[in-house]
Amino acid sequence: MAHQQCHSPATAAEVLEAVAGALAGRRGLEIRGGGSKRPLRMPVESAALLDLSAIAGITDYDPDELVLTARAATPLLEIEAALAERQQMLAFEPFDHGPLFGAAAGRTTLGGVIAANVSGSRRLSIGAARDHILGFSAVSGRGEALKGGGAVVKNVTGFDLPKLMAGSWGTLAVLTSITMRVLPRPRAETTLVFRGLSDQAAIRLMGAALALPAAVSAAAHLPYSRATAASCATTALRLEGFGPSVDTRCRELLRALAPMGAGEAVAAEESGAIWRSMRTLDALPREGHLLWRISVPPALGWRVGEVLASLDAHIAYDWAGGLVWAAIPEAAPRDGGARADGAQADGAQAAGAGIRDIARALGGHAVLVRAPPALRASLLPAAAQADAGGDQGLKALHQRLKAAFDPHGILNPGVDLAGEL
Amino acid sequence: MNRRIDGFTRAAQRMSVKMPVLDARTLASRARIAAAMRDIVPGEGVIDQPEELAPYESDALTAYAQRPLLVVLPENTAQIAAILRWCNEQGVRVVPRGAGTSLSGGALPAEDGIVLGLSRLRRILEIDYDNRIAVVQPGVTNLAVSQAVAARGFYYAPDPSSQIACTIGGNVAENSGGVHCLKYGMTAHNVLGLKMVLMSGEVVELGGKALDAPGYDLLGLAVGSEGLLGVVSEATLRLLVKPQAAQAVLLGFAEVESAARCVAEVIAHGIIPAGMEMMDRPAIHAAEDFLSVGYPREVDALLIVEVDGPQQECRHLMTMVTEIAVRNGAATVRVSQSEDERLRFWAGRKAAFPAIGRISPDYYCIDGTIPRRCLPEMLRRMSGMAVHHGLRVANVFHAGDGNLHPLILYDANVPGELDRAEAFAADILRTCVAMGGVLTGEHGVGVEKRDLMGEMFTDVDLAHQERVKWVFDPAMLLNPGKVFPNLHRCAELGRMHVHQGRLPFPDIPRF
Repeated sequence: MAHQQCHSPATAAEVLEAVAGALAGRRGLEIRGGGSKRPLRMPVESAALLDLSAIAGITDYDPDELVLTARAATPLLEIEAALAERQQMLAFEPFDHGPLFGAAAGRTTLGGVIAANVSGSRRLSIGAARDHILGFSAVSGRGEALKGGGAVVKNVTGFDLPKLMAGSWGTLAVLTSITMRVLPRPRAETTLVFRGLSDQAAIRLMGAALALPAAVSAAAHLPYSRATAASCATTALRLEGFGPSVDTRCRELLRALAPMGAGEAVAAEESGAIWRSMRTLDALPREGHLLWRISVPPALGWRVGEVLASLDAHIAYDWAGGLVWAAIPEAAPRDGGARADGAQADGAQAAGAGIRDIARALGGHAVLVRAPPALRASLLPAAAQADAGGDQGLKALHQRLKAAFDPHGILNPGVDLAGEL
Repeated sequence: MNRRIDGFTRAAQRMSVKMPVLDARTLASRARIAAAMRDIVPGEGVIDQPEELAPYESDALTAYAQRPLLVVLPENTAQIAAILRWCNEQGVRVVPRGAGTSLSGGALPAEDGIVLGLSRLRRILEIDYDNRIAVVQPGVTNLAVSQAVAARGFYYAPDPSSQIACTIGGNVAENSGGVHCLKYGMTAHNVLGLKMVLMSGEVVELGGKALDAPGYDLLGLAVGSEGLLGVVSEATLRLLVKPQAAQAVLLGFAEVESAARCVAEVIAHGIIPAGMEMMDRPAIHAAEDFLSVGYPREVDALLIVEVDGPQQECRHLMTMVTEIAVRNGAATVRVSQSEDERLRFWAGRKAAFPAIGRISPDYYCIDGTIPRRCLPEMLRRMSGMAVHHGLRVANVFHAGDGNLHPLILYDANVPGELDRAEAFAADILRTCVAMGGVLTGEHGVGVEKRDLMGEMFTDVDLAHQERVKWVFDPAMLLNPGKVFPNLHRCAELGRMHVHQGRLPFPDIPRF
């Protein structure tokens, strides 16, 4: 990770200067906030580093207006602490990727959360990061400072560039400031836990719960796993809100779901622990395992699990089945012996292509989150394959958008979202 | 432009917005274009007779009107694609249109362009209860989606006030909100996927049934793009379970400040009401004179707060809300005791526009958002502006999210009043931006606020947005003259003009 050059701007004006300089010299810039997600989509190493860590701090927080503005590299922890003080939250439950890569927790920044559209378990009920960003300031790849959106919760003025920034991985513009919609923290919570369900039965149960007026805020299923020695499969439904409401909904939901399984309500503390562990994927093995993230229509999630069983995958389902986390042994399945690196890569590549195909066939997509660097390249969609596959019209739109915001490709070169379609 | 259009002169005479320079070649080729369109859409799908074009000359912002070259009414995605491909090749402008209920002139035709009406694409293609979604064509009305899934206890959350008429295609284009969007989100938060036809005729699928999609958030860009990026031919909508119960309370306050404090405190207590509306004294009196729903006349501000969920939750939240209101000096506290009473509370608010229409020959409806805390100051400044411009104003307000709808009362038959009303409106919107708010909370920019975009965005900001337009529609043929100011800046503004109390859609609620 040797960068030839490193910029560490302290102000938005210095970010502008750095980008303008890179543009003039046609040099690539790797945009980095906390760096917690760097292993997920790695820019080419020839790029100079644009380290935003000094572009930090909450600049405006107005709890009454449900609006918070912070500089892009403000640590998520700092924002969450400020919100907690006023009993508020980022409702989409962003999480820290650091631990997933075996790194320390706490480096994740707001800018990183937005750039990667990181949304946790509550995404099921209350939307993703992209649904909660209201406005931003940034420097585009044209070396120009721009802003988009606004600082109020209801705004339809002009194109929704804030949503475009969400999930753009720093390839269109360098975010310098972000305004978020925040929401009150639920005053009470409980989780209904059902044990011993098959993946398919669990997904049916979660679907049934979401078809009832119980306002389930999150629904997850952890199958039986040898790796973590969980005693048996666990299906969890979270209820949040004001105490009397949570109590009522809890009773009614348990009653309504009784024919599908006997559940029990756990206390707030245990409920909190269950959902915290979903953020760090404690149920999945890390060492020696690739991590895939597969997004499909929720009712079809179990079919991903069924197919991946042949790869010895360990699975965690979130979003009522719509999000499948799969930890898959780095070594090809059912192959006890050591193999040459090349053979391992071939097997992994076939498996990788297979996982992408399954996701696509079910109406979703798959992203490789964690892989050893040596294996990673072979697991990414091959260029030829990427060029031929997917929706050509969509790919062309992506390439033109990239060119519109970053005509010389100086922002995060090597990160190619069009190639993942 | 101010040109006279045979048969439909009233609104056209008032039209002052500058539109792109007409393409003489297209105007001269009308018959040839009509023939080409008939090849694509056989039968009754092409309208070219002047009297039949009349209903398409404006949307609900009737101040702006002009006759389109032709109206084409395709029946399926393939026809939409063929129409757009042909128009793109021939350089013909296209204005997409749903039900035509836009309040910002989003569907104002181009004289040298065709109107692409989506009203015949009105099938609900799929209801997938397992994934809690509905796939619908763009001409399906907003309310029809909720009705189709009501028997299973579901509904589609965004509820713009025109929901009995407005269509999903139009909702997507405008990112429509509604009274309940504080809690349940705008259209953008409730659409998971779109099939969209580009001006080139290419069909792209954005998002789908999964909760996220790879690549850039083109879905997010498309929603609220006011018909400038593509034509929606299918939408995948998120369905929610209907809350078990809903309850509303009327809260009257002697001062606007106390009402504003009450709103802030409700939110500070962790309550996001299903709806939270405010009316000022002129609006209260107009509504009460019109419908006699029992609003208190002696207060300066009236709040309607609605909570929903299980009975126990409604009861609990209602107790909290009324306690907060009393603490903030509410003079009136009336909790709805029945579904009938709850609907009556809303009736006055929903009838605010026609109620104003009764006491003034014409009015403008403005749509801007401010930080909520600025409300008392905004109303004070508006009183000053009213004196300055010599016109009255009444206010209805989505109090929960700071979305203002001032209604400026004027008489178009009194020389100069229309101009004064437009100047008043521009003052209000500029003040919204100066207070940290925005030009439009839910009605869209359209042609109406196009020339004020510079108040909120720099040229660089706008240039980045315009390049997005170029990405999707390089020839700039789709919905020309909307959202982005022309090279010639024109400070002329228009609002939802209502002449002699006649609303463009007199039978649908407006709020």
